[in-house]
Amino acid sequence: MKDPVDVLIIGAGASGAAMAWSLAETKMHILCLEQGGWMNPAEYPSTGRDWEAKFYGEWATSPNIRGRPEDYPINDDNSPIKVVNYNAVGGSTVMYTAHWPRLHPSDFKVKTLDGVADDWPIDYDALTPFFEENDRMMGTSGLSGDPLSPLTHPPMPQQPMGLTGAIFGKAMNKLGWHWWPSDTTVATTDYEGRARCINLGHCTPACAQGAKSSTDITYWPHAVRAGVELRTHCRVREITTDESGMATGVVYYDKDGVEQFQPAHVVIIACNGVGTPRLLLNSKSNRFPNGLANSSGLVGKNLMFHPYAQIYGYVKEPTDSNRAPPTCLWSKEWYDTDLSRGFVRGYGVQFVRGAGPVFEAVVSEQKGILPWGEDHHRIFRKLNGHRLGFSAICEDLPEEHNQVTLDPVLKDSHGIPAPKIDYTISENSRKMMEHALNRGREVLEMAGATDICVNSPIPWGGWHLLGTARMGTDPSRSVVNEWGRTHDVKNLFIVDGSIFVTSGGVNPTSTIQALALYIADQMKQRLANLFD
Amino acid sequence: MSADNQLTRVQRDDLRAIAAMIVPASDAYEVPGADDAVIQADILATLGRDTKLVVAALDHLARLAGQPLAGLDVVRRDAVAQEFRKHGGAAAATLVRVVLQCYYRDDRVLRSLGLELRAPFPNGYVLPDGDWSLLDPVKARSGTLRRAP
Repeated sequence: MKDPVDVLIIGAGASGAAMAWSLAETKMHILCLEQGGWMNPAEYPSTGRDWEAKFYGEWATSPNIRGRPEDYPINDDNSPIKVVNYNAVGGSTVMYTAHWPRLHPSDFKVKTLDGVADDWPIDYDALTPFFEENDRMMGTSGLSGDPLSPLTHPPMPQQPMGLTGAIFGKAMNKLGWHWWPSDTTVATTDYEGRARCINLGHCTPACAQGAKSSTDITYWPHAVRAGVELRTHCRVREITTDESGMATGVVYYDKDGVEQFQPAHVVIIACNGVGTPRLLLNSKSNRFPNGLANSSGLVGKNLMFHPYAQIYGYVKEPTDSNRAPPTCLWSKEWYDTDLSRGFVRGYGVQFVRGAGPVFEAVVSEQKGILPWGEDHHRIFRKLNGHRLGFSAICEDLPEEHNQVTLDPVLKDSHGIPAPKIDYTISENSRKMMEHALNRGREVLEMAGATDICVNSPIPWGGWHLLGTARMGTDPSRSVVNEWGRTHDVKNLFIVDGSIFVTSGGVNPTSTIQALALYIADQMKQRLANLFD
Repeated sequence: MSADNQLTRVQRDDLRAIAAMIVPASDAYEVPGADDAVIQADILATLGRDTKLVVAALDHLARLAGQPLAGLDVVRRDAVAQEFRKHGGAAAATLVRVVLQCYYRDDRVLRSLGLELRAPFPNGYVLPDGDWSLLDPVKARSGTLRRAP
């Protein structure tokens, strides 16, 4: 039998890495189990001429398409939005756009302000120092002073505006609408051992330059140097408990597929909004027949995705195409509730620079704007390198019928039940998406765009996996308390996107990591009576 | 087994024929068609995980045509192609995608588009910084962050 560790973290992605680094100063024996392995930047798509083709195979955003040994299948047939993620050291920070907004202060008080969903049990101010600490660790770029966003202090200047940014900026100015250069985790100067961005192009599927921040190149080197043990290619099947209801450790499959038991005094789950409920629901016992930490019945419920409403078109002048990070600007013009719009809450906007030639050809052919035959070449030259994209990231409110359960049939390569997603887009979200498409159309037309196309929702847009083990003070209405400890198991913590109470209208990774650092800080302050 | 061997001679002929219909050669743009031998060889060599769906698409195409596609007259061939494009589902979409992803990485095609013949890494690209005075109107407008109680 293995020696027990003080702290066992499951998952080496955004939140697990931040947690491991923060707890390392305690000098406890900390072990992280990660189902994926270390990444090799020399194999990243942008190193080869076939970089775009890889997006349709081994570098697809969907684990169901990608099908790497490190991935697990997800039954998302009953959802118009498909789950996308990445399984490796670094998790989905290896494969994300690096767009870096935070939740707004108002996002933590939606019940009080707008009478919907629930307030968070913590507020923005509680997270402020951890947002700042996380921005330093991840290395952010941006322009401080956005009047409609929380104040940030990016250590690096904003990305270049580029051709696309200038077109959007002019159009938004004519309409009198807010826009601002995005905070991103793309290094615009050399930073902490990372080389600056050289515009390799669409950097979502990993950055060969190392300019895009992912936790395998930010938090993890520091955490490992500080003594944290990271065991890769280890997939956890279940968390075990004793007769008193405390977690005792985990059962996992090692890199050779051999079942192992790892005892631990504290277990921390960092598997995000699909992986975390999957693990909890698969950790049934006589004492916890409905899954671990599930006395509320809310494990897996209230899944929030952020439906994306995307509209794009083509201008006569050239755009940045694939020769820059994909996002460059944001807008918070429609972020806050205005009931005259016909819906509650709001959305952020990401302005998208363009696409590469293969993507442009494939998508435009599917949309029917790129013909077969004689006229193909003329039309393609009109489209390629001329795209402008407007993507609204719509706040998804929690609804219990949107859920993650265990699939009764589908299993992963170790025989562990796969997660099953049941999700519908709410009427409120649909109205919000429609509003966003109308505003996007106005912006595109103001910019002179034609051949306007819509993806609403973006079907392969389930990046943000939130709400399935929500935070709260009432054990009957939440899974974890206001500092991340499960109500039911006093040495079990959750630190990922599943603890979000509401989703806001922005990409969540910054807030996920700030939450993880906040929970780590709470744990460090309470070490003497952590289980009381 | 290579994808080349996973497709029959007839299937390879049909793939070449449909590829030429998707992207024909053009003297005006000085580009080959997608039926070009080099591009076809690239398609066959890199089918990989797409082989099954591409074979399904070619089987569908064969059913619609009732004979080798290249043997049909122009009107009938166009009708088959339209039907294939409209109702071919995921298999047809995959076939079209593999044709396009190989076509739009061919040196001759990229040269015609004015694109460099290289991987993005390690040279990257240069992006204009832009005129940030464009932000002045945004800074000048009133507007504040919604406060939380």
